[in-house]
Amino acid sequence: MTAAAPDGARRTSWRRRSVLPGFNLTLGYTLAYLSLIVLIPLAALAIRSASLGWTEFWAIATDPRIVASLQLSFGAAILAALVNTVFGVIVAWVLVRYRFPGRRWLDAAVDLPFALPTAVAGIALATLYAPNGPFGAFLEGVFGVKVGFTSLGVVVALIFVGLPFVVRTVQPVLEEIDRETEEVSATLGAGRLRTVTRVIMPGLLPAILTGFALSFARGVGEYGSVIFIANNLPFQSEIAPLLIVIKLEEHNYAGATAIATIMLVISFAMLFVINLLQAWSRKWFGHD
Amino acid sequence: MQVRAENISKRYASMAALDDVSLTVGSGELVALLGPSGSGKTTLLRTIAGLEVPDSGTVFYNDRDTSQMRIQDRGVGFVFQHYALFKHMKVMDNIAFGLRARKKNKPKEAEIRRRVLELLDLVQLSGLEGRFPSQLSGGQRQRVALARALAIEPSVLLLDEPFGALDARVRKDLRRWLREIHERTGHTTLFVTHDQEEALELADRVVVMSKGRIEQSATPDEIYDTPATPFVFSFIGESSVIPVAVGNGRATLDERVIDLDVGTLPDGPAQLYLRPEDVAMVTDGGPGIPGLVVSTRRIGGMRRVTIECGLARHRIEFDAPAEIPIANSQRLQVRVIGGRVYGAGSEGYGTEKLAASATSDFKWAKAEGWLDR
Repeated sequence: MTAAAPDGARRTSWRRRSVLPGFNLTLGYTLAYLSLIVLIPLAALAIRSASLGWTEFWAIATDPRIVASLQLSFGAAILAALVNTVFGVIVAWVLVRYRFPGRRWLDAAVDLPFALPTAVAGIALATLYAPNGPFGAFLEGVFGVKVGFTSLGVVVALIFVGLPFVVRTVQPVLEEIDRETEEVSATLGAGRLRTVTRVIMPGLLPAILTGFALSFARGVGEYGSVIFIANNLPFQSEIAPLLIVIKLEEHNYAGATAIATIMLVISFAMLFVINLLQAWSRKWFGHD
Repeated sequence: MQVRAENISKRYASMAALDDVSLTVGSGELVALLGPSGSGKTTLLRTIAGLEVPDSGTVFYNDRDTSQMRIQDRGVGFVFQHYALFKHMKVMDNIAFGLRARKKNKPKEAEIRRRVLELLDLVQLSGLEGRFPSQLSGGQRQRVALARALAIEPSVLLLDEPFGALDARVRKDLRRWLREIHERTGHTTLFVTHDQEEALELADRVVVMSKGRIEQSATPDEIYDTPATPFVFSFIGESSVIPVAVGNGRATLDERVIDLDVGTLPDGPAQLYLRPEDVAMVTDGGPGIPGLVVSTRRIGGMRRVTIECGLARHRIEFDAPAEIPIANSQRLQVRVIGGRVYGAGSEGYGTEKLAASATSDFKWAKAEGWLDR
């Protein structure tokens, strides 16, 4: 296109003519809204931590206590997301594929971790998994595993809050898979296992990755339920968000924002990788 | 391989999908299951494939009882109306799926490749093995589905409305092409369709079904020329229905004798079924049934004329040569030169046609409970 082209013509080059009205209005609204709610607060965070200067920031970033808390936060979130991916897919499968009495109740129960205030969930879990609670006593007595008030408790809490994300992203996609492809697979001689691994799972993969990402993101940010079930000891069961709160209580705002910035960068990088994986799986399996 | 279904019954809720149906498909035969939706034809096909379990009755493959056979071991090539291709696999992998799933005599990967390319050549899709199904047209997808079914060297090929989702032109091409493939490969083939033209053109034998029962099983010629029941008559081709009276071995319309063999029908009311070619216009001044032209339309080299005749103004459609000018409201005489008479107790098909004919017909149809279907 030449520079002399009228303005209107240039605009249509990236904006296709459409019968749907309101492109300018809705795009403007979207940008303003995203800026206000997401981008400006994140920028403020970055600016605030920038006031620290590199050396100070680096000192915070390499502080062993902070590193340990970040390791716990991200490690527990990944572990919980992995567990949720396996069992969330099974739950979704059962809810979609089978008709049994109480199915609707079970379906509704999946949303409970969404609906419950996280503090309530934390107290409930702490009661169950505490050394003198029913689950905690059993696990310690039989397997010698302490769950309540340890880093394992963190994982349990994150599994609890993250489960609905996997179930709710996989469920609709699973419902879309039509029976006929499975029937065809059977007529072609494939056993049940082969049908599931070769025919059904590849179609589910993008949804499973999304569920994993959401569950993971939720786990990284989780605070309320974790602080009840973990005993929050430095280097053992202290999560990064808790450390931010501690810094804030010490009026160390720069330190708090520094930790927040590090979390933001790591989260962003991980979500970016997951999105890449997703794009790759879509392409590989011929979606769209 | 010969396929034999014996006394198959299957009920869904309170409705009988299949009511004591028996059917034999000879080795290498190409048979069409024809019927309106809800006639049970797809259920019968799926039962033969092993995708449905009948409430009673048995399916035999070459005298072998299949009721204890796993569907994976039956060697059935099944093709669905909506292709049911594996969307995440390329055409190559779709077709190779059955060969790779084999436990015994699984061919080497190079051999699988060779066979897939051979099949692609057979279905005239050479060069498309690297595409995903979403990059193919409907007709191409259905050919891939057929190649995939043929890849396992099936003992029987079952197709459920294979061309139902395609547009008319592609459908015609594929129909001819399927016939060619059948002649080359010689598989025992059973396909379901609701398109009578497709069934008559493609099949060695047509099985007409209605309400979970087989109405007639015969060659396309027999189905068209000597329909066993009024249902078959009206489902195949176009037809007009007029009530007549049978007495003294003759059929009469308003006391005018119609020159047709009524067989052993008892005296009383009966139905005369006519195809457009069973009625001719009287041009030589001879005797005929007087009628009033209601409408005319041009169909190819003929003119399809609708007239009202008789006291109850029954509508009859017939074809007249296009060069004879016929205008609406014109009076003319017609002669019945073909058609069949069925007793009033037997059932036909096509409520639209009845609703279009005279009111007395309408009431009669209602009393027989046709219109509630």
